[in-house]
Amino acid sequence: MSALPPIAEVRGRAVVVPGDDIDTDRIIPARFLKCVTFDDLGPALFYDERFEADGTSKGHPLDAPEAQGATVLISGVNFGSGSSREHAPQSIHKAGFRAVVAGSFAEIFFGNATTLGMPCVTLDPDDLAVLQRVVRDAPDTEVTVDVANREVRAGERVFPAAIPDGAHGALLEGRWDPLGDLLDAADDVDRLARDLGYLPDGSGA
Amino acid sequence: MNDPTPRDHDPSDAPHGVAPHDDGPKTLYKKVWDAHTVRDLGGGRTQLLIGTHLIHEVTSPQAFGMLRDAGLDVRMPERTFATVDHIVPTHSLVEPFEDPIADEMIRELRKNTEAHGIELFDVTTGRQGIVHMVGPEQGITQPGTTIACGDSHTSTHGAFGAIAFGIGTSQVRDVLATQTMVMNELKVRRIEVNGTLRPGVYAKDVILHIIKTLGAKGGIGYAYEYAGDVFDAMTMEERMTVCNMSIEGGARCGYVNPDATTFAYLEGRPYAPKGADWDAAVQRWQALASDEGAPYDDVVVIDAADIAPTVTWGINPGQGVSIADPVPDPDAVEDEAEATSIREALAHMQLEPGAPIRGQKIDVAFFGSCTNARLGDFLEAARVLEGRTVAPGVEAIAVPGSQLVKAECERRGIDRIFIDAGFEWRGAGCSMCLAMNPDKLEGDQLCASSSNRNFKGRQGSPTGRTVLMSPVMVMAAAVTGEIADAREVFGTAAEVPA
Repeated sequence: MSALPPIAEVRGRAVVVPGDDIDTDRIIPARFLKCVTFDDLGPALFYDERFEADGTSKGHPLDAPEAQGATVLISGVNFGSGSSREHAPQSIHKAGFRAVVAGSFAEIFFGNATTLGMPCVTLDPDDLAVLQRVVRDAPDTEVTVDVANREVRAGERVFPAAIPDGAHGALLEGRWDPLGDLLDAADDVDRLARDLGYLPDGSGA
Repeated sequence: MNDPTPRDHDPSDAPHGVAPHDDGPKTLYKKVWDAHTVRDLGGGRTQLLIGTHLIHEVTSPQAFGMLRDAGLDVRMPERTFATVDHIVPTHSLVEPFEDPIADEMIRELRKNTEAHGIELFDVTTGRQGIVHMVGPEQGITQPGTTIACGDSHTSTHGAFGAIAFGIGTSQVRDVLATQTMVMNELKVRRIEVNGTLRPGVYAKDVILHIIKTLGAKGGIGYAYEYAGDVFDAMTMEERMTVCNMSIEGGARCGYVNPDATTFAYLEGRPYAPKGADWDAAVQRWQALASDEGAPYDDVVVIDAADIAPTVTWGINPGQGVSIADPVPDPDAVEDEAEATSIREALAHMQLEPGAPIRGQKIDVAFFGSCTNARLGDFLEAARVLEGRTVAPGVEAIAVPGSQLVKAECERRGIDRIFIDAGFEWRGAGCSMCLAMNPDKLEGDQLCASSSNRNFKGRQGSPTGRTVLMSPVMVMAAAVTGEIADAREVFGTAAEVPA
């Protein structure tokens, strides 16, 4: 596998999608999962939150003129809960976002997003509320998700951010897509498969 | 019971369990984790061997595409099993399917499984069904194994003492290509439910009660070990109902230690070991159960008598309430974020603060899903439904989770009970649980549902409303036309203390 670029920071304008427990059915409704590639998922992001049945806009934050071109998505606690559909972080990524800041993340979503090289960092509740207010009041504010230094900066403000060591290291070392690492251990996998007793020995025989 | 205070857990929190080479007592989780660890990748990340990989049509085609792009093959096709469930129409299997994209997806799965020599339990085999039903039915799901599937309800398989994770599509690619994936070790929370369930209280009520108590995110960072009298006494199907919804409590997996009930269920199934292999497997499986005195990162003890028939009132599975209780009043809640969540949920559900959930008129009764569409669910639902009819104006559908369950219901004549009552009797699939097929709510219909998620839009209409409950409670709602206490409708109320 060719080396992946390290992801030390993401910088750009941000948009706030408010609320806690935003599940992946809301991020991308199931009907948009009817596809055999991820290519066209961008416009489906938060579709039913953004549009009426006839396609008219509900005035969702993502559709505000100042949100266009934003690269940092900010939300609440337990973001990405529910279904394991990778279509959710894929649609966020394809819509142009390169990092997500939240109060906390559901685990499957977190892993899926990390594998796409889209850092997910968490802020303490008070800091998150301040960040959301800063971005809402001044949508032009440049927000930096500094993965390397574990902080989020917005204008003059600096917020300590958390990201688990595994994802932190993987992003900084350009190993956020683990397939290369996994393929490297083929011999170990064969040995372990034999030891376990219930698996084929891996020889293909 | 004690007062568990759920909090948000940083996934980086290290588990507090024993060290890898400690000879002391261990949990099943720890034993299986250690046995399947290929190597430490640093930063808490482990390369974990996956014994069984289950795939379906929704989350696998992109993974096969990635595999093709990278020039890789499937590492262990003989440990990879496929079925088709999410997009399968339940009213007709005539192909091509009416929905051209659904038809493309099933053809893509056939193409990929054939190209790589993967067994496909297709709609023509008589063994197709929801992936989390097919694995156990075929005896593929076994104790002490690691199982992965691109579906969050893979936690279901933990009922057999397997460690089973839902994964994303890139991880499906990883498992296809290497039979391994990257995982962080979880902490283990033992959830003991002791005593005896009251009449009219089912496995579904137990897990809805647990999620209500610990919260929809209370399990983040944990594997849930379900233990105690109530789980000991449960059938395998009931244990599957409980483990299935572990993810709704935020726990990536949940399990029950394997015991005689587990082995009796598995013996003789197509993929279960046979003869001397069977005896050896049972010995191995018995040794995998959590040891007496094993360390847990958390223990929660619940009294079975405290569990009532439970339904959800909101827009996540943690927003549940005993059928007899009112929905919350946000003005009585101090935490502002919590109050905001309650207001949002009540607004979506069109419920008044503090109002009873009982008596809310329903439009649809959905009996199905990987949570509650097994034979035992149908037998119990049929028992209470027999001789009754669906209330006027209610659209009721009964959807066996697998072709085997459907066939067995029909062999026993149970299908007639549902049909005579006014239910539509459907074919096997995910159906209205997630609306990737023709079964969908319309407008703001209220659905009494035996499924697992009440998220906004989950059942196919952005304004649709879902109330989760046990199959017997769905029957009560179907025949009365409103959210009802099944104990009152079907007559066990007298046995229940006030």
